[in-house]
Parts: sequence; C-alpha cells; structure tokens
Amino acid sequence: MSQPHNENNIALELCGIDKKFGAVHANRNIDLKVPAGTIHGIIGENGAGKSTLMNIIYGFYIADSGDIKISGKVRKLTSSKEAISYGIGMVHQHFMLVDNFSVLENVILGAEEGGLLQPSLKKARKELQRLATEYQLDVPLDALIEDLPVGLQQRVEILKALYRGAKILILDEPTGVLTPQETDHLFKIFDALRDQGVTILLITHKLREILAATNNVSVMRQGEMVAHRKTAETNKEELAELMVGRKVRLKVDRSKAKPQQTLLTTNKLTYTDEMGVDRLKEVSMSIKAGEVVGIAGVSGNGQSELMSVLAGLLKPTKGQLNINGTWIDANHPSSAAKVRELGVGHIPEDRLVMGLIKSFTAEESAILGYQNSSTYNGKLLNKPGVINQECARLMEEWDVRPQDPKLRSSLFSGGNQQKLIIAREVDKNPDVLLIGQPTRGVDIGAIETIHKRIIELRDQGKGILLVSVELDEIMALSDRIIVMFDGQVVGEVSAEQANEKLLGMMMANIMPEELQTTVQQPSAGEQL
Amino acid sequence: MYESIILILDATLRVSAPLILAALAGLFSERSGIVNIALEGKILASAFAAAATASVTGSVMFGLFAAMATSTLLSLLHGFACITHRGDQIVSGVAINMLAAGLTVTLGGYWFGLGGQTPPLTETQRFTSITLPGADAVADIPVIGLLYSELISGHNILVYFALLLVPICWWVVYKTRFGLRLRAAGENPHAVDTAGISVAWLRYRALICAGILTGIAGAYLSTAHSAGFVPNMSAGKGYIALAALIFGKWKPVPVLFGCLLFGFLDAMAIRLQGAELPFIGEIPVQAIEILPYVLTVLLLAGFIGRAVGPKAVGTPYIKSR
Amino acid sequence: MNDSKIPSWVSIIVLPLINILFAFAFSAFIFIAVDVDPIEAAKTMISGALGYQEGIGYTFYYATNFIFTGLAVAVAFSAGLFNIGGEGQAYIGGLGVGLACLGLDHTLPFWAILPITMFASMAFGALWALIPAYLQAYRGSHIVITTIMFNFIASSLMVYLMVNVLNQKGQMAPVSRLFEPVAVLPGFHTIAAWFGFGFAESPMNLSFIIALICCVLVWLLLWRTRWGYVIRAMGSSPSAAEYGGINRKHLIIIVMLISGALSGLLSLNEVQGYSQQLKLGFVAGYGFTGIAVCLIGRNHPFGIILASILFGILYQGGAELSFDFPDIDREMIQVVQALVVLFSGALSLMLVKPTEKLFVYLDAKKKAKNTLVAEA
Repeated sequence: MSQPHNENNIALELCGIDKKFGAVHANRNIDLKVPAGTIHGIIGENGAGKSTLMNIIYGFYIADSGDIKISGKVRKLTSSKEAISYGIGMVHQHFMLVDNFSVLENVILGAEEGGLLQPSLKKARKELQRLATEYQLDVPLDALIEDLPVGLQQRVEILKALYRGAKILILDEPTGVLTPQETDHLFKIFDALRDQGVTILLITHKLREILAATNNVSVMRQGEMVAHRKTAETNKEELAELMVGRKVRLKVDRSKAKPQQTLLTTNKLTYTDEMGVDRLKEVSMSIKAGEVVGIAGVSGNGQSELMSVLAGLLKPTKGQLNINGTWIDANHPSSAAKVRELGVGHIPEDRLVMGLIKSFTAEESAILGYQNSSTYNGKLLNKPGVINQECARLMEEWDVRPQDPKLRSSLFSGGNQQKLIIAREVDKNPDVLLIGQPTRGVDIGAIETIHKRIIELRDQGKGILLVSVELDEIMALSDRIIVMFDGQVVGEVSAEQANEKLLGMMMANIMPEELQTTVQQPSAGEQL
Repeated sequence: MYESIILILDATLRVSAPLILAALAGLFSERSGIVNIALEGKILASAFAAAATASVTGSVMFGLFAAMATSTLLSLLHGFACITHRGDQIVSGVAINMLAAGLTVTLGGYWFGLGGQTPPLTETQRFTSITLPGADAVADIPVIGLLYSELISGHNILVYFALLLVPICWWVVYKTRFGLRLRAAGENPHAVDTAGISVAWLRYRALICAGILTGIAGAYLSTAHSAGFVPNMSAGKGYIALAALIFGKWKPVPVLFGCLLFGFLDAMAIRLQGAELPFIGEIPVQAIEILPYVLTVLLLAGFIGRAVGPKAVGTPYIKSR
Repeated sequence: MNDSKIPSWVSIIVLPLINILFAFAFSAFIFIAVDVDPIEAAKTMISGALGYQEGIGYTFYYATNFIFTGLAVAVAFSAGLFNIGGEGQAYIGGLGVGLACLGLDHTLPFWAILPITMFASMAFGALWALIPAYLQAYRGSHIVITTIMFNFIASSLMVYLMVNVLNQKGQMAPVSRLFEPVAVLPGFHTIAAWFGFGFAESPMNLSFIIALICCVLVWLLLWRTRWGYVIRAMGSSPSAAEYGGINRKHLIIIVMLISGALSGLLSLNEVQGYSQQLKLGFVAGYGFTGIAVCLIGRNHPFGIILASILFGILYQGGAELSFDFPDIDREMIQVVQALVVLFSGALSLMLVKPTEKLFVYLDAKKKAKNTLVAEA
C-alpha cells in the first residue's frame, strides 16, 4: 500500500465493494486506489472475481454494497450509460462488437449524435483518423468486423472507448487472443495513452504482462483483494505466490507410487479452436498404471482443453493419442462414448454443466454416460429397481448425503454432487481416470474423503490424470507434475522435487538456471 | 400476349402489397431479435378491425387507424411476453395467431351477426383505385399506354404506399440511429447493452413499428383488396410474408423482390388454373402455390444460397454473468 | 427453474393451475364483452360436454386428437425441439390411412387392416417430419420455420391429390369414396356393446383406446428406457448429453420420427373413425391445439390426458354453446385456447419470480419464528 495518497491524483477509488451472485460471493469488501495517468494491473486466477469487479466499475453489474469514487467524487453507477458518461471505458474479454457491422458503425453505436447516421459517421471518421495516428491504432474503418483478425477487433474496442472520451480504460484479459507481437504493440498503445493522461486498468492472469506493462499491481484471490504493490518493487516470484496463495498444506498419506505399464500417451497433440487459436500445442505426455499425474498451470493455459481432447469431447487438430492401444487422431476421431468403452472415466471440471443434469434425480444422474449399459437395461425397458439400488449402493459407499436416489441432483451440496460423480465414474472400473477440479466448491470433510479415495484408486493400479486450480491439491496427490503454459508442456517435476515456489515459477514460464537441472523435460509420447 | 403479361404483373402488385407491408414489419421485429410468427394473426386481427371500424364509422381512415392500433396492441402483448417476461417467442406467436383467429370471428359474430363477416363496405368506406393523371389519355397509345394505365396507374393508395415504404424502410434501417441500434440488437444485444442502450426498449420500439405496418397490411386486405372482412381472410399471408423475409435475407430490397416473386407466383396460379401449357400440359395450381415454401426451405437449408438470420433472433436477452 | 426456491409441488401443480385460472378469467371477460354470462356459459359447456352420453362421446372423440398431437409435441419438446408441424404430419398421416383403407377394404378383414392403417399413419406422419428433422440436424435450418413451411406444403399436396387423384370419378367434391364398413374403426358404442353395456352412438371410437395406449408407451419411452433417458438429457442439458456420449444429430432424427408418427396417428380417429373417407382439412388446427395441451400437461403423458379432456370439454362444450347462444361462434373456443397458450406458455415465467419472493419471505419468517422459539 505504498501508493501516493494525493486525493486529487486518484482517478478511481473503490471502498468496500461487495457482490454476491446467489450463493457465490464474487467480490468481498474490495478496496482499491488507482492514481490518474497510471497503468494499474489487476492479477488473479480465473474465478478470482476480477471480471465481476470490472463490470461493477463499468456499471454493468451493481454492487451490493460499497462506494465507487471517480476523481474523488462518489458516483452511483447503475448502468453502463452512466459509467460511460463519467469517462469509463471497457474492453470486455469477449468483444462487444457486432460482427456484420463496419468498424465505423461499431464505434458510433450508442454514441451517435442525432437521429441520422451520416453526420455521426463523418465526425467519427475524422476523429478516428486522429486517434489512429496519435496512438498507433490503425484499423480499416470500413471493413466489417467479421473480416478482421482478433488483434484489430481489439483495437476497435479500444477506439470505441476512446471515442466516447474514456479517461479510465479497463481491459479484461486483453492479451488472451493476441500473438506476442500484437501484445507488444498493445503495450505500446498503453504507453501512448498513459502519456495522454488516460488511466488504464489491465486485468490479466499473466505475470509477464504485469511486469512488462504496469506501474502498480493489485492481486485478487477468491473474491478478495489480497495485496497492492508497485510493479518496480515486486517480482514474478512474489506475485505468483500471492496469486496462488499460501494455504494450509493438505496432508494426504501415501506411499511411493509403483508405476506399471503405460495406459495413455499423447504425441504432439494440438488443438485449435474455432477462432483459430492454438489451445494445445504439441503436447506429449503419458500416464502409467498406478500413478497420479498432476497438471499444474494457471487456469486457461490449456489444461481444460487437454482434458476435453482426452475425454473425446474435442477433436485433436494434429498429433495422436493412444488409449489402451487404440490410436485416435484428427482422421480417426473418438467420441465421449467410445473413450468410455476404451476404459476411461472422466470427472469433468464443471460438474453442473457436464457432470450431472440438474433437473434429473440423483439416480438418473448416476448413470449419465452409462445409460446404455446392460446393467441398467433389459431388452427394451430399463431396470428402475437396479438403477435405484446401484445409486443407493454408490451413495452408501461414497457417503453421499442425503442418501436419497430420488432427490433432484441440484438439491445436493457441491461436495455430495461431486462424490456422486466420482462414484459413478470409478464404479465402472476404468483403467484411466481423468479428474478435473475434484474439490472445487466442496466442503473440507468431503475433500479429505475424495483425496483419500484418489490415492486408493492409484494403489489399485489406475492411471490418474488430475487437473486442479489448487496447487496444494496437485502437490498432495501427484506422483509426477506436468506444468502447462500457453497450451504447451513447459516442464515436469517429480513429487519429491515439487514445491510451491518452483511450481509457481514454472507456471509463469520462468526457468531460473539453478532450477533447470532439477526440471525434467517431458517424456515424449512413448509408444505402447 | 403483351396484354396478359401486363395483367399478370398488375395482379402481382395487388397480391404483393400486403406481403410487402407484412414482410417489412417482420423485418423490423426480427432485425431487433424477436421472431415474429405472429404476423399472420396480426394481419387477420387488423383486417377485422379495419373493416369493422370502417363499416361502423363510415370512414376508411378510421378503419386504417383502428387496424394499426389493434395490431400494435398485439405486438405489445408479444413484447410483454417475450421481452419483459422472457417467454418463448414461438409459443407467444402461436398464442397471438390463435387469439386473432378466435376473437375476430367471435366479436364479428356478436357485433354484426353475419357469421363472422363484416357488412360489405361501400365505395366510400374503402380504399379505391386511383387513376394517375393522364392515364386515360395515354391508354390507347401502344405499349406504353397499357403499361401506364393498367400497371402503373389504377391501384389504391396502399399499394403505392407499400412500394414507397421499401426505400423508406431501407433508409431507416441503414441510415438512421434507430436502424443502427435495431440491427445491433438482433446481432449482438450484449454490444448494445454495454454501449449503454436499453435492449428491451429498443425491441419494444421495433415491435411497435412491426405492429403499425402489419396493421396497414391487414387494412389493405379488408378495405382495399376486398370490401369487407371474412373469417380467416389472411389465409397464410403472414407466413408467406415470413417466407419472403427469409427469402430476402432480412434486407428490405431483396425482401421486396421476394414478395413480388411470391405475389407473381400467386397471380400465375390463378391465371394458369385449368390452362394447358404447350409441351408441359396442365400445371397443377398447387405446384405453384407451394413454391414459396419450397424455395424458402431450400434456401434455409443452404441448397440455393444461404439465408442466415440475425444471430440473436429467438433468444430472450439476459445479461450474462 | 431447477435452482428455484419454490417447492416442487408448487411449481408442478399450483403455478400451472394459477396460469390456467388466469386464462379462464380473461376468457370470462371476453364472454362478458359479448354479453354472455360466463357462469351460464360454463354451465352450458360442462353439461353439454359431460351431461349426457353422446356429449361425453364427442368430448372424448376430440380428446383423442389432442392426446395424439399433445404427445407429439411433448416428445419433441423433451429433447428441446419445437415441432410445430403436427398439422402437416397428421394430414399426411391421414393420406396413409386413406390409401390403406381404399386399397384394402375389399380384400382384407378388419383385424388385418388395422395394423396396416396404424403403420401407414405413423410412417406417413414420420416421413413428413423426417425432412425438417434432417435439415435441422445436418443443415442447421431452424426446425420451427421448416415445419411451418411443411404444414403448407402438406396442405397444398392434399388439395392436389383430393381434387385430381383421389376424388370419385365424375364427382366435383374433393372427397374419396366412403370406406367399406369393414375398414372403419368400431365406435365406442359398439365396443361397449361387446362388453355388454350400452352407450349412446357418438364419434368416439377405438382410437381413443389406442391414444391411451400411446400415452403409456410414450411414458415408458421417456421414463423407462435408455432412449428416453438420452432424449430427456438432450432437452435438459445439451452439454451434459454430449458428455454422456449422445449423438445429437441421430437423436434429432429419431425424436422427430417418433413425434411425426404420433401426429400421424391422429388420422386414425379422424379418417378411419370419424369421416370414414378422405377429405380436405380434417386436421382443423388440432396440431396447434397439441401445443396448448402439451404446455398445460407439462410435457407429461398423464398431464396430457387431463389437458386433452379439458380441451375436449372446451370443444364439445363450445359446440353446445353456439347452439344455445346464437351470438356465440364455436371459434370462441379458439380464444380460450389462445389465452391458455399465452398464460401457460408464453407468460409461464411471469408468476415464478413473485412466487419465489413469497416463499423466500415465508421461509425467512419461519426461520425468525424458530430462532425466537429456540432462544426462549
């Protein structure tokens, strides 16, 4: 908290901002001071509450309590229109552009002068040409958005805000879709804007960007603002630690793993999304029977995509994967059903979206993915008795409460939903288990049970892949830890070598020389 | 031969006019993001309102206003259900179509006791044809005379209005602030909302425009094209207009051509009834009747070109988390 | 809706009832507007629909149609698809029934004809749903628009066939010859007589029983088979369905085939039971009524039976009403139907928020009381 306390120079101040979405406490009592004419970074993992906070500043959401001061005056922001009128502009993570409009039309939308477009367009054209030369924001003004590359679309968003006279510019994860060159250019634009007195709020989860572009940085974790630093006085290591947080170290009793035969390998697996961004870049790794392989990485660096490709939900663009001897690639794609047949169980990262169906009863959710199994079906009709008993058995074995197979899935607590999903997947005795965020939103008691069970499964000879945002969890459970950054595997450490500091740095893609020796390069896709 | 071509084109204009009005109404509503399968019901209800009011007050203009008011009210009901209460736009449209079909006959039967019809309208209670200056004088000049006196002159004012409306509509949609926001709301309502504009109010206004235009379409049917209301007189025109809207890819000028094409097919169907064509023989009228629907389906499926509607059409706008 | 704070009995029973009450209340206003005492009207309708055997027969004859189309909408809805093409599918289904009857009524006995006509109605109806389904699954065209278009195409096709192909030689009327009595579905009065009790003659026929069997089958399909499981999974959560290994494209086709087949069965009642010949326009909006029935019946076969009977009462009672009140047209029923669709369908979310607030308030009050008691 070593910022200059000159009230006149504070462009934006937040006092005790609090926001809940139903049961989710997205922002807790947030304080923040942003001096005018600075670039202020807000860093935190996905889900830390950064976007919610920014949307509150932009008037898109309304805070439950707390004050927002703009240039020292308390302002009630109840709509984006008001926020815009106080000189706040925002570039959203998902661009708020109309794809089949021209750049010019997008810029004037909502900022037209008078009922006719022609004068506004004319004025905007002139103004944009000025802005373009001043800030290196060149964009073909008459091109349609859908024909522009993402980097240029982003410039349109910035131009939109500047055209509205934004003095405080918020950018939410602006570099996620940019190439390194585009990112560098963006930072040059930031400097030019700052020199003109614009205050910039940069939201990101990438440490490099904070250090490269900002004057000050604030760190958010789980809805709270946990630290404020001057960028010059901090470093990657400190920020990484603050971001991930020092939590009570989880203790899980486990013996040394006895890895056996390889069950799953990937060979230069690449996945490109619809936007043309490479989410996975030549990932090669393997999972052996009897070991837990943890994937560490700041959220959004390809872990989810890796899980989805392995589970048959996404088709690899390049490269191959081999599950229990069956090859899968772009020309021989698999499906969720096929991957299950190959002996893979999948506990998805987002249980409410994929893992179960909220409106279904627990016993129905307990057969999702195995609905065609002969256990549950006769020739024509299914066997409600069996489905009920099986669910009751799973509930008993995994201590799912309340033990009522007829209860709607949405009425169970997060921990009990999760136990039910794990029970379902484990019960089919798969060789490989893909486990995503096993304890997200799960109470302490259930976390212990789930962790203990995962180790038991390992000792039974299963190959387990674990993806989690909780570094502690990864360290407590994994025998090997693979670190991902920007869609790539950047390193691998064994359980003995792993510590928070080392992983934190690897996650930020820093490889100090003294560490190089301890870090193994990932084992290339072994052939089975 | 020339004469019959002129006559068919003349009939085409008459049949197309309500389609143009209704399709442009659909354009406003769908461009803002609201599916409008209720066009049919709104045409029917406003046709009834126009004829009933004209017959009671003796004024065709009152009839026209009543038609516009009725149809706008139904539009607002549609908006109340799908904008304010985020109801399903299709279900709401179905309800309005049923409501119009039932109410027109019920109220008509109660007020006039003619089995749902309104009393036949006299010349003063209708929109009658306008003879353009010089039409009679040039009628005998070969080629141009017939073209001017039959095809260009001799329609009622609503036909001219419908045609005039196409450039107006184009201008509103592409050249005004309202049009810009309207198009944006149907493509990406989030962009509209973050620009500080109310999506709901914008969509309501689009529905009001749609209501007024369908009102005129309805008035045309009962007070211009015919002389009075008969039950179910819209006879699927709302759906044909919807098809023309899709066929014209939600753009005013192509929509006009879609309407003219479908109107032309309709005129041909009447003309060709029972006629033997050389080499082909008798073409069943129904084969021509279904062409608008078949063409629209083919277009939607991407077999002939591709019709991609406004991206956000059909989904209620909810601020995302 | 899944996370709502409203107890399930309220959202399953109370809210739908309130919605229907709203619809009836507004209908009452319209009755008053046309100078009819709504209570008198209701009495006339109920006694006309349920007061004597022939009336009851008519009520259930209408209900038969609504069960078929209601089930058709419900099956598609369960998978998240809106099949608005019941009109066309039922119409084409009727063509199947008609062709089968006209072709076979001189050669086969009834017990051999019935399975064939049932199959024909389902196959023709399903075929008419197949094209929109294929276009939705593989070409991405919106199923609502294509099924509407196919309603009109079906209508024109039938006009052509009735006027040019299937009408009787030398006759202008667009109707086929009457089927031989052997092909006609036995009326309910005949069936009643087999079992030794009497029932007045009415158009209610064997197809009502087929409709009830269909309800059971649809219930079994949706709730007791693996196919029903995946249908409901896709309707409830497409992403979870994908996770569960469900092929969306195949499922769209299968679901629409079932839906079209159910619509097609309507023609058993109308063509083979009631009119006993092929004619124009026999679907008469029953396909659209199916939407209302499905909405009130909350997508459940049992609810659909109740809703169908309700609409049967409205239709038959409406006919009685127009006899007793010369000012009232049968179309009045359309108004009631429209209001039901409006309140139970389009405005179904209107009362959710206020009810939720009420229950949150009640809950808070109860908790406050409990803590008071605990402290004391």
